[in-house]
Amino acid sequence: MSHSPHEESALVASETDGSAPVIEPGHTYASVTDQISAIVLTRPTSRGWVFGFAISFSLLMAFLYATAYLFAVGVGIWGTTVPVGWAFPIVNFVWWIGIGHAGTLISAVLLLLHQEWRTSINRFAEAMTLFAVSCAGLFPLLHLGRPWLFYWLLPYPNTMDLWPNFRSPLIWDAFAVTTYFTVSILFWYMGLIPDLATLRDRAKNRLPRVIYGIMAMGWRGSAAHWQRYETAYLLLGGIATPLVVSVHSIVGMDFAASLIPGWHTTFSPPFFVAGAIFSGFAMVMTLMIPLRWAYGLQDFVTMRHLENMAKVILATGSMMAYGYAAEVFFAYYSGNQYERFMVLNRALGPYAWSYWALIACNVAVPQLLWFQSVRRNIPALFIISLIVNVGMWLERFVIVVISLHRDYLPSAWRIYAPTVWDFTHLVGSIGLFMTLLLLFTRLLPMISIFELRELVHKTRDEV
Amino acid sequence: MQAISKPGMLHGLLAEFEQGESLLEAARQAHAAGYRKMDGYSPIPVHGLSQALGQKPSGLPLLVLIGGIIGGSAGYFMLYYASVISYPINVGGRPLHSWPAFIPITFEMTVLGAAFAAFFGMLALNGLPRPYHPLFNVPAFNLASRNRFFLCIEARDPLFDLNRTRQFLEGLQARVYEVPE
Repeated sequence: MSHSPHEESALVASETDGSAPVIEPGHTYASVTDQISAIVLTRPTSRGWVFGFAISFSLLMAFLYATAYLFAVGVGIWGTTVPVGWAFPIVNFVWWIGIGHAGTLISAVLLLLHQEWRTSINRFAEAMTLFAVSCAGLFPLLHLGRPWLFYWLLPYPNTMDLWPNFRSPLIWDAFAVTTYFTVSILFWYMGLIPDLATLRDRAKNRLPRVIYGIMAMGWRGSAAHWQRYETAYLLLGGIATPLVVSVHSIVGMDFAASLIPGWHTTFSPPFFVAGAIFSGFAMVMTLMIPLRWAYGLQDFVTMRHLENMAKVILATGSMMAYGYAAEVFFAYYSGNQYERFMVLNRALGPYAWSYWALIACNVAVPQLLWFQSVRRNIPALFIISLIVNVGMWLERFVIVVISLHRDYLPSAWRIYAPTVWDFTHLVGSIGLFMTLLLLFTRLLPMISIFELRELVHKTRDEV
Repeated sequence: MQAISKPGMLHGLLAEFEQGESLLEAARQAHAAGYRKMDGYSPIPVHGLSQALGQKPSGLPLLVLIGGIIGGSAGYFMLYYASVISYPINVGGRPLHSWPAFIPITFEMTVLGAAFAAFFGMLALNGLPRPYHPLFNVPAFNLASRNRFFLCIEARDPLFDLNRTRQFLEGLQARVYEVPE
């Protein structure tokens, strides 16, 4: 088997520099296959899963209730009102779509960079991406006012003889998010095909065998198939890499193309992308730490994975810190009184608590990750990742609400206050996300089995 | 196992190996012996196996390129048609063909076209979905998705002869199964 020299040196380095391995030694093709497929096929539904599902599903029902009420009454049930015409729904949209960036990043970028450690977490991160983007996509639609006319966003031949405004970043956003969702599904499903075949062949009962068999589409691991499969997988990775950057850049342009102080900056797109990676990795960590414990996956999701993710969080967190500093500098250097006021209003205005909480969550706390003892401390990592998730939500709140509530004329200023329905939709969307995620862990292999077999093969070569 | 004598009812002979390296070696020898209608089956991609079996590299990259070009040009055409021909709006004398504003959607459509080509092209070239395949009749073939490696020499190969091919495969230290059609 031929590996690139780069790949080999990376693996050997991991053996010699004392860091944890990407997979614990002693595993064979059979053992990884059986252990991961057993989670889906033979393991009984645990009480913890039922408990978690009950909570998630209740929250999802709350979300549906709030949505039904919204459709019946209108967006007035939210606190959203002029001048804060973009409030919680857009904050939630940007937050979820940011979380949805880690999946493709882990799958595609780390694939192209030959980072072996991606193998154990890519499937899960991709699923997380799909579910996060599903949550994200709902918010702009709910925010439309007349959500049943959402298809007006799409270019289609219509009796009104109209087209969407293709020069608006909001339409770019509709294209970017739907493309991202579609490509993420293709990428995820393609990765699943060999594993679905494994489940089909392992299943003892007829029903799962038939269902997994249909989904596996007759995959049988032939050499010709593998060759095309690997080519297609690599190409999709190459295609998805610029895509993932484009999506959050366009979300950044939604803001940058407007004339609101604090939004109208050229650096929004890269700043948004860095924030997306930051929050996405934090969410992977938040979810992976309890899951590896609940399903006994410590052999596959090792300390090495957690430490590497911590390093990515630290790096992107530093980029965020640079971004916050740059915002302040731009405001000062622009000489524009409205920009300067915006910065002062963030730090000292009525929502100053959210700005300083954001700095604490996104800048101060991640600095702990410079210490190896923290990067190897699982409870500490879990708490830090939760704090980063909160911090990234606050960041979008600061950008959206603080800029809007006091823009140019003081006569147009107003204090924004969310209502209970704002919070119901936020918490309910977490319920939707967790419901989908729990169903995924129960019904599909959450770690890519065939890539783990490859990893067994490669690490065996080293020994 | 009951020997199947009628050639029409036999898909081929299936040889089972423990290691990918053995399969690769067997594929090389089978190719050298002149067999062509055959394929290897493995739980992980075995690098070099496809070449050893004499398979041509796939045309998938070209397909993906074409998919991307079609997606991108269709996207740009849509934007141009909508903004310049179908619904021109004069906004303070600004140009109708404002190409910089068309770049993001053109890019997204390029990606979408290429991704569809990669996914559906891979399935189509592989002949999937294919719910039934004779190999699924062999119980041991279940392990092709776990930890065993297989080589199947098909009965439609001109050199195929039940006894001689069986001896050849057994000479490679493989367990050999007959695959009914």
